[in-house]
Amino acid sequence: MTSGDRKRTWIGLAFVSPWLVGFAAFTLYPVCASVYFSFCDYDVLSPPVWIGLLNYQDMVSDSVFWKSVWNTLFFNLMALPLGLVSALVLALMLNQPVRMRGVFRAVYYLPSLVPAVASAMVWLWILNGRLGLLNQALMAVGIAHPPQWLGDPAWAKPSLALVSLWGCGNTVVIYLAALQGVPRSLLEAAMIDGASAWRRLIHVTLPAISPVIYFNLLIGIIGGLQVFTTAFVMGGAERSTLFYAIYIYQNAFEYRHMGYASAMAWILCLMILALTWLASRLSRSLVHYQGD
Amino acid sequence: MPAFSPRRLALAALLAASLAGCAPGPETAGRVVVNYWEKWSGFEADSMQSVIDDFNRSQSRVEVRFLSVSQVDMKLLLATSSGHPPDVAGLWSENIPDFSEKGALTPLDGGLAKAGIGAGRYTPLFWELCRHRGFTWGLPTTPGCVALFYNKKLFRAAGLDPERPPKTFAELESMSRRLTLVELERAGHLVRIPFTDMTPEERDGRRYTLVQVGHLPQDAGMFLSGWGCWFGAQYYDGDRRILADDAGNLAAFSWLRDTALTYGVDNLRGFIEGFGVSQSAQTPFLGGTEAMVVQGPWMINFIAKYAPGLEWGVAACPAMDGVGGGEPVTLAQCDVVVIPRGARHPREAFEFICYLQRQDVAEKLARSQQKFTALREVSDGFLKDHPNPAIGLFIRLSRSAGARYVPRLSIWHEYDTELAVARERVQDLKETPAAALAEAQKRMQWRLDRVMRRWDAMGNDRMREWRSYDKW
Repeated sequence: MTSGDRKRTWIGLAFVSPWLVGFAAFTLYPVCASVYFSFCDYDVLSPPVWIGLLNYQDMVSDSVFWKSVWNTLFFNLMALPLGLVSALVLALMLNQPVRMRGVFRAVYYLPSLVPAVASAMVWLWILNGRLGLLNQALMAVGIAHPPQWLGDPAWAKPSLALVSLWGCGNTVVIYLAALQGVPRSLLEAAMIDGASAWRRLIHVTLPAISPVIYFNLLIGIIGGLQVFTTAFVMGGAERSTLFYAIYIYQNAFEYRHMGYASAMAWILCLMILALTWLASRLSRSLVHYQGD
Repeated sequence: MPAFSPRRLALAALLAASLAGCAPGPETAGRVVVNYWEKWSGFEADSMQSVIDDFNRSQSRVEVRFLSVSQVDMKLLLATSSGHPPDVAGLWSENIPDFSEKGALTPLDGGLAKAGIGAGRYTPLFWELCRHRGFTWGLPTTPGCVALFYNKKLFRAAGLDPERPPKTFAELESMSRRLTLVELERAGHLVRIPFTDMTPEERDGRRYTLVQVGHLPQDAGMFLSGWGCWFGAQYYDGDRRILADDAGNLAAFSWLRDTALTYGVDNLRGFIEGFGVSQSAQTPFLGGTEAMVVQGPWMINFIAKYAPGLEWGVAACPAMDGVGGGEPVTLAQCDVVVIPRGARHPREAFEFICYLQRQDVAEKLARSQQKFTALREVSDGFLKDHPNPAIGLFIRLSRSAGARYVPRLSIWHEYDTELAVARERVQDLKETPAAALAEAQKRMQWRLDRVMRRWDAMGNDRMREWRSYDKW
């Protein structure tokens, strides 16, 4: 390496140094520190005390930990397929050559721009069992005793799954981009062969956009397991919406069990890795890349 | 010597600007600046600001700067752990055991001894709330305790004497039923009738809507976990044993269950769903859909703001027979000011919090917040000029032998959450009070054991450190 190369390297590093410093200070160090804290009794103020695997052992016997795992998985089993299918259906409709298509696309994307806390506050009132718009509408169509939604532990998670649809605009945009890329030649060939719209969708469009569906599935799993804001703001009786990330937050910042919270965060990381791997294995034969 | 190029100059300016944010705060005109974080906002913050202005004018050495901070407890802990806490912070007395055990506070005993401030100056209960493990960690600002507010107009409408609130627990229950109104269908028409006028079939069928309740134990805000005090619950033995499932708490939870059984889970849930944001016009008591509610002296502020036409009365909330030894029972707490560990100016901070203990200052603050003071002495003028006509009752309640406070436990916040979950399961009829409290007992005992293990390991060091603190 000549002195000129070295100089250019240093200049290059200097230019990216804000990111490097930020990454090291705000991501790399906390991640590494959390590994250490997960083996410690640590309340943030006092120095951490090494306790080995005790935090991990405690999780096994902590019934609230298991409740949060169940809540998170159950919510995702509802919200993830619902979100993927709804976004796909919306994208297919918004891909049709209808009048004011651009306006419709903007309208369906807009909710995802609303801050999560603001929309959660609005949904709190919409889902209010006594005064909410939704129940007023249900009563108007003859349902005398509609659900209490968040007030009823049995309905709290489905309520949040319903609310999660509100922000599916991002996924719709990704699907729309993918739908633009479906080869017209394949669709025309199928039409010439007499395939109906449904068959074209099943046998041409979906296989063509399967990498994008897979991408949305992975992003959905990763995001879904970390679901926090809406549930934190909206709440739910009897720990019915105590999701994993909320329990981490409670332990870390409300109860000051930072060591336990760090251990929980690492288990979450492993869970995300395992589910991502599982999704990859199961969908291997269903995802088709161009050129395969 | 290299010439100063514009590029270098710009870089230096950028660096200086970015470091400016890390610099310590300015010290104005030779005065030491004391930063004070407080949980209050709105009129409560304004009243403290007025007291601070008085203090700043009263001397030329210290300047207190007030900052209203939401979630002040959490932010204070994080600021203290980073080594940059404010000099003074306003907390709740429940925070003291947790914060002191974690080493987040400065023990004040040495300074208090020099300043001649001690237990004799305060109502015993509030002095006790400032202490933990034999040390004093804060000084009171505005204490509080709760009583039963009632709506005289609704009493009159139900045929009850508006000047005679319930005196016994049985009366509270019977009056509550009489004051409860339901809406139901009779012969094809929607009618609104008192709960007590329903036929047994209508009651058992539970096809009605609650439109007004007499008293709902579920509406007690931050005092919900404290209902056990009116039933003689202990919560904690003061040492190493949690008493979540003691007989008093069991009785309180059975009462909550009975309410759910009387009105029906869905009816109750529907009514509670209608509660708006706390301390707003949608609060059922302020909105006129609840006839009695347990609240503190601050309630007068909210009545004046959101329901100025409300015809209200207030009395001690009746307890179960025998609880409190015949004395009125209340649940008390206290707003406190503390000096966080690592505060830059502990002496000046201490000077300010001592100023807040002066009778004229404490009474000014209390009067403007419609509250009372933690001081044993009460000036004649304070009671005479006080805008809260019920302040005398609250003072008497706080000095009653039946006055209680939540357990002095570092894990109270977690304990409170656990009791809340147990309560929800009981009022949803998912579990019996005994089963729900047994679960809470198990979890909290496990947690306390962990806390005690840590305390056993480092408690002696902590105590030595606290005893040796001498920066006064």
